[in-house]
Amino acid sequence: MEKVVFQKSNMLTDAPLHFCPGCSHGIANRLIAECMEELNIDKKNIVGIAPVGCAVFNYNYFDVDMIEAAHGRAPAVATGLKRVLGNDKFVFVYQGDGDLASIGAAEIIHAAARCENISVVFINNGIYGMTGGQMAPTSLLGQKSTTSQKGRDIGRNGYPVKMSEMLAQLDGATYIERVSTHDAANVRKAKQAIKTAFKCQLENKGFSMIEVLSACPTNWGLTPVKAMEHIKNDVIPYYPLGVFADRRNEK
Amino acid sequence: MAKVTFNEAICKACGLCVEACPKKLLVIDKSRVNAKGYNVATIPEDKQSECVGCASCAVMCPDCVITVTR
Ligand SMILES: Cc1ncc(C[n+]2csc(CCOP(=O)(O)OP(=O)(O)O)c2C)c(N)n1
Ligand code: SF4
Ligand code: SF4
Repeated sequence: MEKVVFQKSNMLTDAPLHFCPGCSHGIANRLIAECMEELNIDKKNIVGIAPVGCAVFNYNYFDVDMIEAAHGRAPAVATGLKRVLGNDKFVFVYQGDGDLASIGAAEIIHAAARCENISVVFINNGIYGMTGGQMAPTSLLGQKSTTSQKGRDIGRNGYPVKMSEMLAQLDGATYIERVSTHDAANVRKAKQAIKTAFKCQLENKGFSMIEVLSACPTNWGLTPVKAMEHIKNDVIPYYPLGVFADRRNEK
Repeated sequence: MAKVTFNEAICKACGLCVEACPKKLLVIDKSRVNAKGYNVATIPEDKQSECVGCASCAVMCPDCVITVTR
C-alpha cells in the first residue's frame, strides 16, 4: 500500500503563504506545525503569538488560536497568557530579529530571566524584511542594507548581537539552541531542536528559545539558492550552530 | 515506487527543491505558469521512476507544495 512520506501538517490552514519565494519563514512555520502535530498537542490547547514583521500574518497560517502582539512584546503577551491560562495551554512565540533583538530586547531578556514556561522561535534573517531591508541588530559586519548602504561599519553601527549566546548566560534560560535552514539536513535538525523546546514547555521546565538562521532573499538581493549559500558561507561562521544552554536537569 | 506530487497553484519557483534533490530530478518548468505568474517545479515524466522518496525537496519547500508517497 502507498505510504505517505511527506505531506502538509494538519496544524496549518490551506491559506497560501504571502512570503516571498524562498523565504525561510515558510520553512519555520511548517516545522512548528509539524512539531505540535507530532507531539500530539490538542489544537484547542494551543495559543501562538505572532510578531510584527513579515510573519505578522502567521495567524492566518496556523490552524490554532493566535494573538498578534505589538512590536517586540510577544514574550510579554505570552507571559500573561501562560500565567492566566496555566500549564494546560501550550503557548508558542514567533519573532523576527528586529522584533526580538531590537524593539523587544527587554521583553525577551526578562522572559528568559523569569524562566517563563514558554517556547520562542526566533527567526534571525539579519535584516528588517517587512519594512524594506533596513539594518537589524543582527546584521553582519559589512552587510549592505538600506540603512547601511556601504556595509555595516563597527565605528558607526557597532557589533552584531548574538542573542542565543547572550540569553544563555541567564540562569532562567532552560534550553537555547541555534539552528539553520540552508539545506535539508539542517532543516531536519532545526525540527528536532524546536521539538526539544516544545517538550521543555510540556514538561513544565520553563523558558526555551530556538534561533533559526533564515534567508531573506528579497532584501539580501540574492536568489533563493544563493541566499542559502550565503547562510552557509557567511552567516554561520559568525553565528555558530549548537546548544548554548541546557538546564533541563536543573528545573 | 516513490511518487512526488506538486500543488502547482502555490509554487513560487524558488528552486530550493531543485537544489535539494540528491538525484537532481526536479526542474522548474519554464513553459508553464500558475495563476500567480510563477513557473512551476516538476519532475519530468521520464525521471519519476528514479525518485528514492527521500523527501529532501519537500523538506526544503517553504510553501508546502510537495507531497511524497512511497
Ligand atoms: C512600534 C513599531 N515600531 C516600528 C514598526 C515598523 N516595523 C514593522 S516590521 C519592523 C521590523 C521587522 O523586522 P524583523 O523583526 O527582523 O522581521 P522580518 O520582517 O525580517 O521577518 C519594523 C521596524 C512597527 N510596526 N511598530
Ligand atoms: S521580505 Fe524577506 S523575510 Fe519578508 S517575506 Fe520576503 S524574503 Fe521573507
Ligand atoms: S521549493 Fe516549493 S515553492 Fe520552491 S520551486 Fe520547489 S515546489 Fe516551488
